[in-house]
Amino acid sequence: MSLVISDLHVDVLTEDGPKEILKGVTLTINPGEVHAIMGPNGSGKSTLAYALAGHPKYQITSGSVTLDGTDLAELSVDERARAGLFLAMQYPVEVPGVSVSNFLRTAKTAIDGEAPKVRTWVKDVNQAMGDLGLDSSFSARSLNEGFSGGEKKRAEIVQLQLLNPKYAILDETDSGLDIDALRVVADGVNRYTGQGDRGVLLITHYTRILNYIKPDFVHVYVDGRVVAEGGPELAAQLEETGYDSYIAAARAHA
Amino acid sequence: MTITEVPNVAGALETLESHLHPQPSFDLADHPMPDGREEVWRFTPMRRIAPLLAERPNEDLPGDNAVEFTLHEVAGVEASNLKRGEAPRGTVLTPGDRPAALANLGCEDALYLRIPANTEVVEPIRLDIEGRDAARRNNAVHVIVAEPNSKATVVFRHTGSTQQLENVEIDVQPGANLTFVSLQDWADDTLHAAEHTARVGRDATYRHINVTFGGDVVRMHTNVDYDGPGGSAELFGLYFADAGQHIEHRLFVDHNAPHTKSNVDYRGALQGQDAHAVWIGDVVIRKVAEGIETYESNKNLVLTEGARADSVPNLEIETGEIAGAGHSSTTGRFDDEHLFYLTSRGIDPVEAKRLVVMGFFIDIIRRIGIDDVEERLIAEVERELATSVGAGA
Repeated sequence: MSLVISDLHVDVLTEDGPKEILKGVTLTINPGEVHAIMGPNGSGKSTLAYALAGHPKYQITSGSVTLDGTDLAELSVDERARAGLFLAMQYPVEVPGVSVSNFLRTAKTAIDGEAPKVRTWVKDVNQAMGDLGLDSSFSARSLNEGFSGGEKKRAEIVQLQLLNPKYAILDETDSGLDIDALRVVADGVNRYTGQGDRGVLLITHYTRILNYIKPDFVHVYVDGRVVAEGGPELAAQLEETGYDSYIAAARAHA
Repeated sequence: MTITEVPNVAGALETLESHLHPQPSFDLADHPMPDGREEVWRFTPMRRIAPLLAERPNEDLPGDNAVEFTLHEVAGVEASNLKRGEAPRGTVLTPGDRPAALANLGCEDALYLRIPANTEVVEPIRLDIEGRDAARRNNAVHVIVAEPNSKATVVFRHTGSTQQLENVEIDVQPGANLTFVSLQDWADDTLHAAEHTARVGRDATYRHINVTFGGDVVRMHTNVDYDGPGGSAELFGLYFADAGQHIEHRLFVDHNAPHTKSNVDYRGALQGQDAHAVWIGDVVIRKVAEGIETYESNKNLVLTEGARADSVPNLEIETGEIAGAGHSSTTGRFDDEHLFYLTSRGIDPVEAKRLVVMGFFIDIIRRIGIDDVEERLIAEVERELATSVGAGA
């Protein structure tokens, strides 16, 4: 039972045709583990997130991803979510006309296969909003519409808390957050992992968030490949040295 | 959603004699055959609407009318007929374009609904208008008079196939409260040109709810002016244009009296190749109209490639002494990114689209306040969505 990525190659569809971004990624996330994926801009971190979630612009050309034994490539985007995968997006989309509360209830119903109990649900939603420092008036607002960057990220973690997936991918959830928001968001993620049996793939450019969310494993990505792997100490080392040596090595390698 | 916002600024000042507002007239000679280059016709598919521009009588056959009218009579409301020139027919509506002039000329007997003074009619007064033949013409004129301090709701429901010209003139007298609902539930081969003109009296309240789902070409004018201060008009619209359909709503609110209010809110969804929606919202604030308040809004939600929404708000202000005036026009798109976001939360694609479209329409639907009409609209939106999902994606 785990999220297993094996020698994954992914193309992004561009106007000039498909372009290979991921060039063989292998990674296993077991329940209860937090994996940080770090890398410079353009290293393919977000591509991995989108490819796992099933965004139509990203195509798996070879390799495989299985979630608790199920081949994700065989599933549509919504089926992947119902199988237990969640992607907290770097740029959550604004959806005018759809209220946060209606969206959350619809998603919860889809994920669980039944409508949540009315009595506890409203309480759960208010609790999650409160935990993430969002005023309860957000329930009535259109999904992400007019939210600040930070509010969007908080709302993503509200969803994480309420939908409680088996595996969560957090795509640069920390970027653009001030220190207070970062703490609130990290607390939310820690509550989620605190359950003990959830897997997290934390994608980030910066080491800052790793002061609040302790990774079990750190993987460094450059140019669509893992170039270094280790424990939390690798993040500390990156804080000192940056990505430059890895980028230079990758260039030399290419 | 990609939003293009039209800045909230006053448009170029136009006088009422401008090309935006041709002089109304009962005389057909004042409404020559348009060629499509005229400002008021430039969005309309002229070839398809041509049958509505010709002078033709009611094309009824013995025992088989082109359009069947069924009035569900309600106690307290008086229904009768009015000949051309017989008041109150022609006292509120003077034809603003050729189809409206033709409707009047082609209609011998207008339906006259009179809501007597100080009468509150709780149950909606319903007129079913059923087209029987897509090749045959019907010319209809309806006159509704809500006498002082009366209150009523009138619901016209159009179904079936026909070529209909329709004028509705509505006199909302002082202190009266009238809600008029017009449902265009036509079959997809119907041609319909209509002019709905209301005069809102002193301290009167008028609500016009226009819902267009069906028809091949539907072109509707909704006009309001005022007869004294304190009048309020709310004009709500909801439309859903499918492949090949042309739905055109043209609104004109003439603030010709002080301390009057208007609020226009039209929302439409479009889907399919060559689905075309046109919304023109003209508001004029005359010099005398001090202290008025107006807002007009049109929102379009484009669900597929190949559909087009034209949206043109015009605000003409002749006095600066107003309480408030504004307009907005937005066109949003339901695209792959919305779909991805919602489905990534486990919501299936059909439900995702439903969520967005219902969310877009529901607060307009809720404002109708007539249960069975609201339910039917929700069912109709569901039905439109079912076709779109089957055909699209």
